[in-house]
Amino acid sequence: MSAGEKKEYWRWEESCWVDESKNWRNARIVTAGIDVGSVSSQAVVCVDGELYGYNSMRTGNNSPDSANNAIQGVLDKSGMKLEDINYVIGTGYGRVNVPFAHKAITEIACHARGANYMGGSSIHTILDMGGQDCKAIHCDGKGKVTKFLMNDKCAAGTGRGMEVIADLMQIPIAELGERSFDVDVEPPAVSSTCVVFAKSEALGLLKSGYTKNKVIAAYCQAMAERVVSLIKLIGVENDFFITGGIAKNSGVVRRIEKLLGTTAAKTKYDSQIAGALGAAVFAYTLMQKQGASKVAA
Amino acid sequence: MIANYGYKDGSGEYYISIDTDQCIDCAAGRACLRACPKGMFETMTDDYDDEVVQIKAQFRRSLAYDCTGCKPAGGHTSLPCATACTPGAVKHSW
Repeated sequence: MSAGEKKEYWRWEESCWVDESKNWRNARIVTAGIDVGSVSSQAVVCVDGELYGYNSMRTGNNSPDSANNAIQGVLDKSGMKLEDINYVIGTGYGRVNVPFAHKAITEIACHARGANYMGGSSIHTILDMGGQDCKAIHCDGKGKVTKFLMNDKCAAGTGRGMEVIADLMQIPIAELGERSFDVDVEPPAVSSTCVVFAKSEALGLLKSGYTKNKVIAAYCQAMAERVVSLIKLIGVENDFFITGGIAKNSGVVRRIEKLLGTTAAKTKYDSQIAGALGAAVFAYTLMQKQGASKVAA
Repeated sequence: MIANYGYKDGSGEYYISIDTDQCIDCAAGRACLRACPKGMFETMTDDYDDEVVQIKAQFRRSLAYDCTGCKPAGGHTSLPCATACTPGAVKHSW
């Protein structure tokens, strides 16, 4: 980093992955889900209803470009062309701006379906901690939404709020979770109603002698309390699953688990792709209903 | 499906919940659409291809203010939307 260049502590790691043990050319149905969120965009490609590859990256200032860039990552890595994909579903805030999507479905339904795929049919409560909103979802054993509630009015309890704190503390966002446990005594939560107030309060705490880790712990606790109060409005029915970028922050996840008195189901998949994965699975189901024929040579 | 539209902020929780399973074959002839003086309800096709009612997006972040006129302070003894919905699918959280 050159002198004067500002380090972006909030910047989370983008990722692109393809399952090289699968050959998409042998697939009967290839589907894709594109989740254009307010902070991140994901593209997931499924072959015959199974996860084949994904790309997760930051959303730019243009939804169609974000969707194109997201899918292009998977296409480049797999040798696939857009025409090889039978059906594409767009979801997320920018779902109506995915130029190559055949249909748009809300992220609420897609996250439920994605969580069902990732965690299995025992998942009944989902907490999606997105970039600029937070959703509590109940679903049945097939991933169909039975109840939902969301809060997108304020950034407290969202990924963007965590990015703000990472920048303020000048600590890489991926390290916040573990560092929040490196404290002698668990501090009380900072203001849980507004990121702007929480930021001011954090500065005040630093001046009063709090260590950075202690401030982070206070913020993680505030975020956990914030989303737990939301999810309690619809009730928790096990198994419980967390999707979205914040699911990667152990400092928030473990505090949520403590407040709820339950453990979130673990998954081998990237929690950030749940929405796009759900969209791709939806697309597969739709294609099956339509009696799709093999398209890939 | 119980769909909750609204928000929670420092002043409280403001959600209108709609039991969309009861909306599908509405026994009240979509009376909620006409009952709301602000026209906050609209019909839409949900993700499972059922025609149901929802709260228009532009009202979802300001329910505490938009619904004030229909609360007791506005002279009402019961909510026009909830009263019009005879199957009981519409409820306010506050």
